[in-house]
Amino acid sequence: MKAVIMGCGRVGAQLADMLDAEGHEVTVLDIDALSFKRLSSTFGGTALIGNGIDQEALKRAGIERADVFVAVTQGDNRNIMAAQVAKHIFNVPRVICRIYDPLRQEIYEMLGIEALSPTTVFAQLLKDKIGGKG
Amino acid sequence: MYIIIIGGGRVGYYLAKALLGEGHEILIVEKNARFCELINEEMGSVCYNGDGCEAAVLADIGTNRADMFVAVTGEDEDNLVACQVAKFKFKVPCTVARVRNPQNETLFRKLGIDVPVSATTIILEAIAKEVPTHPLTHLMTVTDRGLEVVDVKIPPAAPTIGKEIRSLYLPHETKLVLIIPKEDKPVLPTGDTVLHGGDQIIALIPREQEDELRATLTGV
Repeated sequence: MKAVIMGCGRVGAQLADMLDAEGHEVTVLDIDALSFKRLSSTFGGTALIGNGIDQEALKRAGIERADVFVAVTQGDNRNIMAAQVAKHIFNVPRVICRIYDPLRQEIYEMLGIEALSPTTVFAQLLKDKIGGKG
Repeated sequence: MYIIIIGGGRVGYYLAKALLGEGHEILIVEKNARFCELINEEMGSVCYNGDGCEAAVLADIGTNRADMFVAVTGEDEDNLVACQVAKFKFKVPCTVARVRNPQNETLFRKLGIDVPVSATTIILEAIAKEVPTHPLTHLMTVTDRGLEVVDVKIPPAAPTIGKEIRSLYLPHETKLVLIIPKEDKPVLPTGDTVLHGGDQIIALIPREQEDELRATLTGV
């Protein structure tokens, strides 16, 4: 499987390492070269400087051959836009993006974008933990 | 009309000023509290401090009754998301987005934005109109039919000069609509019309026939 990951923050880097360790072809994209330091020293995929909302940068990252695209930068809107480009312009079969704002996440789920809100997921997780003890 | 403007930078500021002058009801949404204050001091209470991409903010300012929604922040992705939320959640009939990267014009249209506007594209078109090396310029697009209205200038040495229109091998779906000679009055072209150097021809064509039409009429 070929995966393109946009955003090499903690989540992006860890995901890239995990997929790479499983033998997948991984390209990770970030606008800041320093962010690639988060990748493990054994990372065998490609790290590319570029902005994931730019179609040229996505092409350089091999989006046309990608099976999955994940957008996990700090910016909700950047993730949303890149996800739509991957889905509607490059027809990537599986596109997932992170949207912190739960309201925005709901809207884009309605529009057919697979979106995860860490806010909702984590709050639920905490509530379950607390509930379990009480 | 009730018009919401996202982004109180220079574009948003002058836009609001002009639209207020035309008597519209205007609200600017601006993240920066200081910008907001300045605008409100000058124009009265027309600026709301908040993030125009947040559905909660848009609900607060009555986006569901807006006639038009214009996003002119400096970031393409913010303009896209604000307009999509306005369009798909609040059913605003007309959304306008500023785009910095001209490539995003096509993308935004595909993603549901009614009017994406790229300053770069507008400037390029203005240049094309002024520069004689561009014999064909776009005047208008009929989006849903895939048609373009174009303006072709016949250069001084064109092989078509002195020929009747019926003798030209025009792409078959081309409609020549109007001929504006350099000095004479405009004429509706017929088969007998003879082309002259400097003639300006307005034509309606399918988008993909543009190059063919330009080559046939101008030899360039």
